[in-house]
Amino acid sequence: MTPQDATTTAPGIPPAAAAILEPSPMAQLRRRVFGHYGILIGGAVLGIIFLVAIFAPYLTPYHPILDQDLANALKPPFWHDSPKYDPAYPLGTDLQGRDYLTRLIHGSRISLLIGFSAMLISGVIGTTLGVAAGYFGGRVDMVVNFLITTRLSMPVVLVALAVVSLVGSSLWIVIWVLGLLIWDRFAVVMRSTTMQVRNLDYVAAAQACGCSTLRIVMSEILPNVANHLIVVATLEMAHAILLEAALSFLGLGVQPPAPSWGLMISEAKGMMFFDAWLIGVPGTALFALILSINLLGDGVRDVTAPENRN
Amino acid sequence: MLKYLLRRLGVAVLVALTVSVITFSLIYLSGDPAIALAGDSASNEEIEHIRKAYGYDRPIIVQYGDWLARAAQGDLGRSHYLKANISDVILTRLPNTLILALCAISFALVLAIPLGVAAAIRPNSLIDRFALSLAVVGQALPSFWFALILIFFLGIQLRWLPITGTDSWMNFIMPAIALGYYVTPGVMRLTRAGMLEVLSSDYIRTAKAKGLRPPAVLFKHALRNAIIPVVSLAAVQFGFMLGGSIVIETIFAINGLGFLAWETIQRADLPMMQAIVLVLSCFYIVITFLADMLNAFLDPRIRVT
Repeated sequence: MTPQDATTTAPGIPPAAAAILEPSPMAQLRRRVFGHYGILIGGAVLGIIFLVAIFAPYLTPYHPILDQDLANALKPPFWHDSPKYDPAYPLGTDLQGRDYLTRLIHGSRISLLIGFSAMLISGVIGTTLGVAAGYFGGRVDMVVNFLITTRLSMPVVLVALAVVSLVGSSLWIVIWVLGLLIWDRFAVVMRSTTMQVRNLDYVAAAQACGCSTLRIVMSEILPNVANHLIVVATLEMAHAILLEAALSFLGLGVQPPAPSWGLMISEAKGMMFFDAWLIGVPGTALFALILSINLLGDGVRDVTAPENRN
Repeated sequence: MLKYLLRRLGVAVLVALTVSVITFSLIYLSGDPAIALAGDSASNEEIEHIRKAYGYDRPIIVQYGDWLARAAQGDLGRSHYLKANISDVILTRLPNTLILALCAISFALVLAIPLGVAAAIRPNSLIDRFALSLAVVGQALPSFWFALILIFFLGIQLRWLPITGTDSWMNFIMPAIALGYYVTPGVMRLTRAGMLEVLSSDYIRTAKAKGLRPPAVLFKHALRNAIIPVVSLAAVQFGFMLGGSIVIETIFAINGLGFLAWETIQRADLPMMQAIVLVLSCFYIVITFLADMLNAFLDPRIRVT
């Protein structure tokens, strides 16, 4: 299964021929990716959630907010062996009689949108700061380090809650608040990796050729720290999704009646004694989404780490 | 060491000042703090009255200077909602948050460090795989959902543990687990990586060659060096816990700073909100500063650079 098996030289083949027979770096990478269970499972689950989010309106006959029917409130899901179960609502209905499956499906859109957008915002801020600190060093590095320390000393959830409560809560406000708060890990990782890369010969060569700083950063530094960037991006996307769920759970994130998973858990917590599945369903979805993103991130780190290449 | 200490102290003070500026400007995010305090139904006279009473009519620089000078002396102002001194309220709520955070970090360390060590002793063994999968699952579990699951099974179904309040030590078990488990993956991975690195080093081979008993090699020689980065991480996480217990404290109705913060935000009590953010940030700054000092003490190399 390991790439080693494929590349070991068979006896009797001269070394020169072995070099030709060796699979290309791209083929080796492909082999590593498809031999990694974390990437396969994480990618498959994330892919399914992504497709569900895109095609959400076509997957169920109901509307996640408008199709209320108080007469059908709190129908049990299919695994409850109850006479009240209605096959028209496989995962049952919530307190307002809305189809739970429909709300779950539409909730994936909110989680993915917030996770991705907040990650993008924090990624741009953190990468800019981190690469600048790592590349220029000296004063710039000191200032960026100071910014990172300051940012880390402010409690994320508290500041996010306070800001949202003062500015007002909407989907995009939550995205911007999270994006502006969670850039620290991007900055920390990009700073240290850029420091390692900037002293390598090919950066010196580019400088000797007279390349502009922007060009060196864009075409020499960034491609060589891209694997670390992807790993942090997955971590921060998961982080943002968890934070949104927590904010919505506390009532200061996405506002009802939007089908945010955190909000669904919050709305159901009063009915925990008798209808625990109302919490179990959106929580499991959240768990599966975060797990798949993390597995993918861990996988990318394993597959691209130079020490795992041979 | 003194030079390192002074420089690190200077940075800490500077960070605290920056945080105070950010915290202070937080209340201006809503536009006019007097209107936010007075509420939607207030008349113009009421708003003016509040503006005067709280000193929001002064220039912002003067307001900030005054606020900071008082805060430095321990006076964080008055909460108009609770009709009490903010410092007093925070001091009465603080112990619960500290107890919870201490229990949580202890739970995390007690679980994570032995697992990390065991995983490092036998890489790729069953216990290593178990520890790694626990880390992967732990990182993906939303803490508020995990807290609700704990309540459902341990509190409602089995009736082993009380669900809310702070009446006995039993009340802190579930919150500590819910708050602490999130830290275990990071601590465990760091312990494992540190142990793996140390165990393959020369001085461990020497210690083994001298014929020291394996436990002595493991704990006296290897763990002591592998644990240094864990100290920093644990300190940082402890700081995060003080500020991040807001969700857990709200769920378990623990009368601590996090619960206070949530109540404060709900009722738009701006001076209190500022004070809590400032206090929690300062805690973090102090804790990380102490951790850095401890690290410099444990590892002389840090003092030089």
